[in-house]
Amino acid sequence: MKLTGAQALIKSLELEGVEVMFGLPGGAILPVYDPLIDSSIRHILVRHEQGAGHMASGYAHATGRPGVAMVTSGPAATNIVTPLADAYMDSVPMVVVTGQVPYSVIGTDAFQECDTVGITMPVTKHNWLITDARDIPQIVREAFHVATTGRPGPVLVDIPKDIANQTMEWYWPDGVDLPGYKPTVKGHPKQIKDAARLINEARRPVIYAGGGILKARAAEALRAFVELTGIPVVTTLMARGAFPDEHELCLGMPGMHGNYTAITSMQKTDLLIALGSRFDDRVTGKVGAFAPDAKVIHVDIDPAEQGKVRRPDVPIVGDCRNVIEELVKAVRAEQSKHGKPELGEWIGQIRQWQVDFPLHYDQEEGGALKPQFVIEKLRELTPDDTILASGVGQHQMWASQYWKFHHPYTWINSGGLGTMGYAVPAAIGAKVGRPDRMVWAVDGDGCFQMTAQELVTATAERIPVKIAILNNAYLGMVRQWQELFYEERYSEVYLSPDLPDYVKWAEAMGCVGMRVDSPDDVGPTIEKANEINDRPVVIDFRTDYREKVYPMVAAGSSNDDVILDPSMDRPGGR
Amino acid sequence: MNPRHHILAVLVENKAGVLTRVAALFSRRGFNIVSLAVSPTEDERFSRMTIVVDAEESPLEQIVKQLNKLIPVIKISEIAHDQGVERELMLVTVKASADARSQVTDLTAIFEAKIVDVGYESLTIMVAGDPEKLDAFSDLVRPFGIVEAQRTGRIALPKLARQPVKLRSVKTARA
Ligand SMILES: Cc1ncc(C[n+]2csc(CCOP(=O)(O)OP(=O)(O)O)c2C)c(N)n1
Ligand SMILES: [Mg+2]
Repeated sequence: MKLTGAQALIKSLELEGVEVMFGLPGGAILPVYDPLIDSSIRHILVRHEQGAGHMASGYAHATGRPGVAMVTSGPAATNIVTPLADAYMDSVPMVVVTGQVPYSVIGTDAFQECDTVGITMPVTKHNWLITDARDIPQIVREAFHVATTGRPGPVLVDIPKDIANQTMEWYWPDGVDLPGYKPTVKGHPKQIKDAARLINEARRPVIYAGGGILKARAAEALRAFVELTGIPVVTTLMARGAFPDEHELCLGMPGMHGNYTAITSMQKTDLLIALGSRFDDRVTGKVGAFAPDAKVIHVDIDPAEQGKVRRPDVPIVGDCRNVIEELVKAVRAEQSKHGKPELGEWIGQIRQWQVDFPLHYDQEEGGALKPQFVIEKLRELTPDDTILASGVGQHQMWASQYWKFHHPYTWINSGGLGTMGYAVPAAIGAKVGRPDRMVWAVDGDGCFQMTAQELVTATAERIPVKIAILNNAYLGMVRQWQELFYEERYSEVYLSPDLPDYVKWAEAMGCVGMRVDSPDDVGPTIEKANEINDRPVVIDFRTDYREKVYPMVAAGSSNDDVILDPSMDRPGGR
Repeated sequence: MNPRHHILAVLVENKAGVLTRVAALFSRRGFNIVSLAVSPTEDERFSRMTIVVDAEESPLEQIVKQLNKLIPVIKISEIAHDQGVERELMLVTVKASADARSQVTDLTAIFEAKIVDVGYESLTIMVAGDPEKLDAFSDLVRPFGIVEAQRTGRIALPKLARQPVKLRSVKTARA
């Protein structure tokens, strides 16, 4: 069967099981958009290519399947660089197809030419420039294989226009042939045994669960491991939901804006069991002062993470689920030989910290609306399995702190790159992937203004996401740093609460827009929003601009120096 | 021998763009390449790169791991200085007018180097050997005046175990 390169590309995507892609056409990708009309793949037409990339990412987070985006050459390709970098940092499986000028004119500064493969090399797991239509099925298979196996990540396939128009004899390869790509899935048995021994000897152990738990679909395995060992768990910003917050051994988020107990338990632990986490500077604080007494077991599928920041005593390279399941067996064997260690004293200490240093804010009756209150109300009034997306800034930290996560894959945010504008498109992508779920985004006023136009996409495509803007009229997180570390010299952080008018803007985009000024209106307005299922909803919550995110460990400080909310007026930390 | 210099033998797929990926990774992760030599292997689907890196031990481990993550990289081995055969080639044009010429040709002979081009006022000499030998030769001819010089960068292969090294050993001549 003869096909054009473009037809072969679409057919290959179909055979890879792609159900939906996010994109926007243009000159160089025109040939590929033509066979799309006859394809089973749903295409969602975005208003900016950055939106396509983050939607693909949100889709991938929510479903576990690779997100797919397709855009044209030049400016469209550069517009999707940010989502690629974002997905690369957070190990999100994504396949991005870009159009390219005809192969015959590459290198001549042709109209809308840019070196897409060169530009995206450092922000993709791998990328390909197709130079022959016969390679298309092979490359598409390789692209999906690389994106979804090992440590997942974004890949990019660049297809020149003349290659898309070439004809080729259709075939579908049996598999991939990548001699240099063989991810290690199984942990080394000896290392697993050593780890089990350390685990059974520890008296103050903590599990440091990272995003790798979710990528490896290891939430259940983790739960079994915790039930067996009774070891408490911190869940990083990328792992919120990987272990349920209501579980008595869940300590919540560690790191710069983590809670006191999560941070301090890691400081005092004698055994840190890192599962799919990467010792990010936002978690460790000053590395030299991090978890000073701890032995470290580090489980990660990426060998390069072992010893990158902290040298583990027992490194285990492998898929988190596989390794945790093996660990469960090995620890059980240890326990039957030597008995189960007594952790009561340690757990008691942790309980005391939880009592002494809880998360804290004051919502005065009739006072200014506190952002934390909005999030607590939202949690209260939405189904357990609601998916929450977030932007980047104070609102993100409050969302992670105050939302109670009951299920994995219900938290979608930009952790590693910290990409403002992530929330709206990511929420849309998540809702496309999980139409059965309620999807809310908690966004900042600054973030919202970066990608809000994708709500036009959401209205047009009938994707009823709900957006809660925590409108503090500021680039709040930057303001917080200027207040604390730059002597309250506020430089270029004021945005205004009513420019733009978020309600009118929402309405102009076909959404329902609502505004909330007082604490009393929070609940009823959320309930109204929950009733709306035929279009997106935007709520402009006017929150207190003075509110800061606490606890806080200042950048570069030791995690021993936790700054608590000043209103708590308690010793401990500072 | 600079102890921070490590020799990596990197087997890669012989495909377009692989050199860029490798080189870009070094700069992105903040590592310096001292020298780099690339050529296809006996099996033309693969190329071998010999990369001399300037790094301490622990960052070296990190760069090797990061390199290993590149899809077209198939195998990396570090060749310790005492466990490998290292060679480099240099072409050097030296000023050699009538009065200096015989001294330059003497040095060439001592170093078992070869005169590959002769000009009115200068000679171009080819020297092969381990990097120290090339350094020594450069030092010795420098007083005459080096017009131009080009070195290939090091290539290396592991020493063969339990059997005599087949390559002729070249003695370093130091002044
Ligand atoms: C694209 C991008 N530009 C700049 C920043 C730096 N930055 C981090 S948080 C922040 C403020 C975000 O403001 P807003 O969305 O209103 O959230 P808030 O902190 O007020 O909750 C800025 C500017 C960033 N993370 N991303
Ligand atoms: Mg704000």
